[in-house]
Amino acid sequence: MTTELTTDDALRGEVLLDEVVPARAPWSAVVAAGDTLTIVDLGGNQAVDFLVYDAHDTTLRYSAPDTIQAQDSIFLTTGSVLRDCEHGPLMTVTADDCGRHDTLGGACSKESNTLRYGHHTAAQHACAENFLAEGGRHGLGKRDLVSNINWYMNVPVDPDGALGIVDGISAPGLSVSLRAERDVLVVVSNCPQVNNPCNGFDPTAIRMVVTR
Amino acid sequence: MTSTGTITGTATTAGAKAHARAQEADHRGRVATMPTVPASAWPDPPQGVEPRDLVHAEVVAGGGYTHLVVARGTHVRLTDLAGDACAHVLAYRADRPWERLNVADTVKVQWQVYLTSGHLLLSDAGRVLASVVGDTSGRQDALYGTTTRARNEQRYGDGSPQGGSPAGRELFAVAAAKHGLARRDLPPSISFFQGVRIDAAGHPVFEGSAGAGRALTIRAEAPLILLVANTAHPLDPRPEFTSTPLEVVAWKGRAADESDPLWTATPEGRRAFANTVADLTARGIA
Repeated sequence: MTTELTTDDALRGEVLLDEVVPARAPWSAVVAAGDTLTIVDLGGNQAVDFLVYDAHDTTLRYSAPDTIQAQDSIFLTTGSVLRDCEHGPLMTVTADDCGRHDTLGGACSKESNTLRYGHHTAAQHACAENFLAEGGRHGLGKRDLVSNINWYMNVPVDPDGALGIVDGISAPGLSVSLRAERDVLVVVSNCPQVNNPCNGFDPTAIRMVVTR
Repeated sequence: MTSTGTITGTATTAGAKAHARAQEADHRGRVATMPTVPASAWPDPPQGVEPRDLVHAEVVAGGGYTHLVVARGTHVRLTDLAGDACAHVLAYRADRPWERLNVADTVKVQWQVYLTSGHLLLSDAGRVLASVVGDTSGRQDALYGTTTRARNEQRYGDGSPQGGSPAGRELFAVAAAKHGLARRDLPPSISFFQGVRIDAAGHPVFEGSAGAGRALTIRAEAPLILLVANTAHPLDPRPEFTSTPLEVVAWKGRAADESDPLWTATPEGRRAFANTVADLTARGIA
């Protein structure tokens, strides 16, 4: 636990939790209704794969389609409401230094890595591994994994429908803050991918701060 | 009330039985949205398909749903009969339904969000569930999923599965339950016949339908459970709930092998097919 806070407005208030998630590692926490989770991209251009569930009923989980149905963009930024699969609000983005975040690309997995890059990548760590390992600590399993948010990941869609993970637009120290609209369980994979630019080919640590 | 019902009455078991048994003949030719059983009796098989090879034939009402379990190699054709169907589709491996459609992997692995002939529907396990082998619509959406009860209540006043503007998720939930699956088994779905395009700034542009009679055919590359909900697209801007019948016809066929053009069309697809056939071979399915 560090006691040194940045001057970022997002980190004002009583600090309930302040943790650094090492590169490639999973993380999870329950964030109470009204509290704010701030995710700091310490090293810059670090994809943070993110799922969120109702802490009291995990069948209610983040839904990428419901989230983008309720706003006029496929990207997330300040004002975006993260919605569950029954269209209810889970969290709201209250501050965003980066500008836009991905809702389409989902998580990397050992299995999909074999399609995207070749079977030589099968031994590499991946976000689906982190989600399964960390989710399992909360009773979640494979059935509970759905299309996730990728904070700080840059995924444009071209006019012809081509989509791809391209060089990031984040930088060291940028942060995004999320207010819990009800008690939520957040499960994160600090993305270990090294075969595309989502982590600048160099996965780095992130900082997670919960304030009240 | 049919004439038969009036004559026999239903106050007795015998009368009720006669009334029930008269209904099939009374309604023959009068109901358009229904399954044809056996499918070989379907009057209009696709060109080149023998009636005996048909395994499913049905017209699903607007606001209705269907569900199929199909063998590897089965072709499933969806037809937007009147121009305002929207086929929301989920697919699961029939032999292990925790492996299911993953729309994020589908668009990411193939570097493409607009899916049409030649594209693959991928599972979360690096394998192919189905290939799109025909598409005369070109309108589809892999990003916006289906509708929810809460949002349809807001938009139309009702989103219940039994109501006049049923939400896709409610229809999926019922269909899934018939295969032992629950709401946590419903990931984001894909939809066909009502198009959405993404503009340069990331905003959605609803295109709607390409017109009546357009069809999409997928080929099962593994044994599948298919859930199909026919209900208005979540971005359909019309204030009135609009959903017209969807035809679903399926027939026996062959899955892709190494001689299929799709097998080698892309390196990602080649590895997906290789993973799929390796898995199915080990299980004695391919």
